[in-house]
Amino acid sequence: MAAMSIPLIRTSDELTLEDLTAKRTRRSLVSSLMTVLMGLSVVAVTIPLGAVLYTVVSKGASVLSADFVTKDIPIVTRQVGPGMGPAIVGTLLITLVAAFMAVPVGILGAVYLNEYSAGGRFGKLVRFMATVMTGVPSVVMGLFVYITYTLRYKQNAFGGSLALSFLMLPIIIRSTEEMLKLVPSNLREASAAMGSRKSRTILTVVLPAALPGVVSGCLLAVARAAGETAPILFVVGATNTVNANMFNGVNTALSAQIFTNAQQPFVGAQQRAWGAALTLLTLAFAITLVARLITARFALKR
Amino acid sequence: MDAELRPDTPLGDRTEIRRTVATSPSVDAAPTSDPVFRAERLSVLYGKYRAVKQCDLEIHRNEITAFIGPSGCGKTTVLRCFNRMNDLIPTARVEGTLTYQGVDLYDPQVSAVEVRRRIGMVFQKPNPFPKSIYDNIAFGPRVNGIKKKTQFDDIVEQSLRGAALWDEVKDRLKTSALGLSGGQQQRLCIARTIAVEPEVILMDEPCSALDPIATARIEDLMQELKNRFTIIIVTHNMQQAARVSDRTAFFSVEINPQSDTRTGILVEYDRTDKIFSNPTDERTENYVTGRFG
Repeated sequence: MAAMSIPLIRTSDELTLEDLTAKRTRRSLVSSLMTVLMGLSVVAVTIPLGAVLYTVVSKGASVLSADFVTKDIPIVTRQVGPGMGPAIVGTLLITLVAAFMAVPVGILGAVYLNEYSAGGRFGKLVRFMATVMTGVPSVVMGLFVYITYTLRYKQNAFGGSLALSFLMLPIIIRSTEEMLKLVPSNLREASAAMGSRKSRTILTVVLPAALPGVVSGCLLAVARAAGETAPILFVVGATNTVNANMFNGVNTALSAQIFTNAQQPFVGAQQRAWGAALTLLTLAFAITLVARLITARFALKR
Repeated sequence: MDAELRPDTPLGDRTEIRRTVATSPSVDAAPTSDPVFRAERLSVLYGKYRAVKQCDLEIHRNEITAFIGPSGCGKTTVLRCFNRMNDLIPTARVEGTLTYQGVDLYDPQVSAVEVRRRIGMVFQKPNPFPKSIYDNIAFGPRVNGIKKKTQFDDIVEQSLRGAALWDEVKDRLKTSALGLSGGQQQRLCIARTIAVEPEVILMDEPCSALDPIATARIEDLMQELKNRFTIIIVTHNMQQAARVSDRTAFFSVEINPQSDTRTGILVEYDRTDKIFSNPTDERTENYVTGRFG
């Protein structure tokens, strides 16, 4: 007889099948209740997601065509028919340039914070600023760029890129830092014990180990920025024709076109808004897919 | 003679430690009795806290030296002084002197990176990189500037053979190292360490995460490696120390009653048979006979 054993609920001295069958206790009830609640939450999450996807695809699919992607936006908003080319070009230009500016700086910043700052005061300050910046509304960021850049250089696509990269930067820094934290320190030690310099350890061991997470964080930032409307409206302006020059002349983006066209009372404009919405969704999906493929190729073996 | 037994390093001058002491004897001219490491009044401090105080010990070439002692006695801390791994802990500080082949390891001109290229380390938990088996071995040679692919193939095969792992993995060199068993992973880590042809291998409880069969394989391997390298092993397992080592250092803990801090001390250092059969110090005897610790 073990003195410390947990007392069992016994029906008789001999062990029967009943002793080993599940009892209907308060705990088992709570357990079932929680399982049901979790199931309901999953449904609750899926409904809006599915509804948005269904609406955008059903309203936008009929509008999409080769012409829609390539042609200019009709000047007369009443006109029914295709044309969202300039906005697609604008969105790609603005977002990609913003990503090229924000992703390297963000990742290097995160590497500094996690690998070099060593709990120093400057590092803490930068981390705090990044956290605060994550919460800055996009319209405020747009206003900042408007005051510091647009008033001097006029509305153009690069101003939009600046605003979007400012929005991406804190997200990239914070998410990358979290991923670097997850890399076990014994890998860093193993690399150092082989005689690697710190820079080499970071490049060949730490970053590759964190790569999938880092890419996810960057994608989140890029996808969020691609959908931003407020800064685009007053920093980039609007146009109906393709403008491939980042630094000269107004431009446009899908998000801004959705905003303006959806407000129109005309069926043609509204259709174009739905088409633009579906295009934006597809672009975000495509960027995610490409990034995932690249990650799969370079990621370390798990 | 022993000096001639050492393998010629294929890495050439790249790994040559900058000799900062002009009078230090050249490696090849060193007599066999000349110690590889000599620690004099070596103390390690974490901030103000003295973790290990004033060890004196000499490590001899082509021998296995075991560090034994209860938990928290500072054996790993001392081990990590030998390849300056303690540098990675910002508050850690070393007092006293520690020379490696006559060169002061903590001379301001000595680079920890260069030291670690000559003094390899195997850790307590197998820690292969999340890369392929091949890339794990090739990592060190790459760090040392080897570029030719044929050279890598040779090094990978030689290192894996040296670590008694080649036959088990030769058909899956390109698969992930994380797919190996714990014992295989630890032998891979040993292979990774010998791939850069170090002069010394430090082992920090290399078998503590392994089963007895894997442990026996690694112990056999150590006896082979001893001919080419000088080995220092930290172990909790006294039988292991008695089985594999030529010399044993027994560390213990001294508790300061005023500040309630624990400081590691080197109690006794001698030939292993002496430590286990006829120790001088009573504390050593109590420990090796199982009455304490």
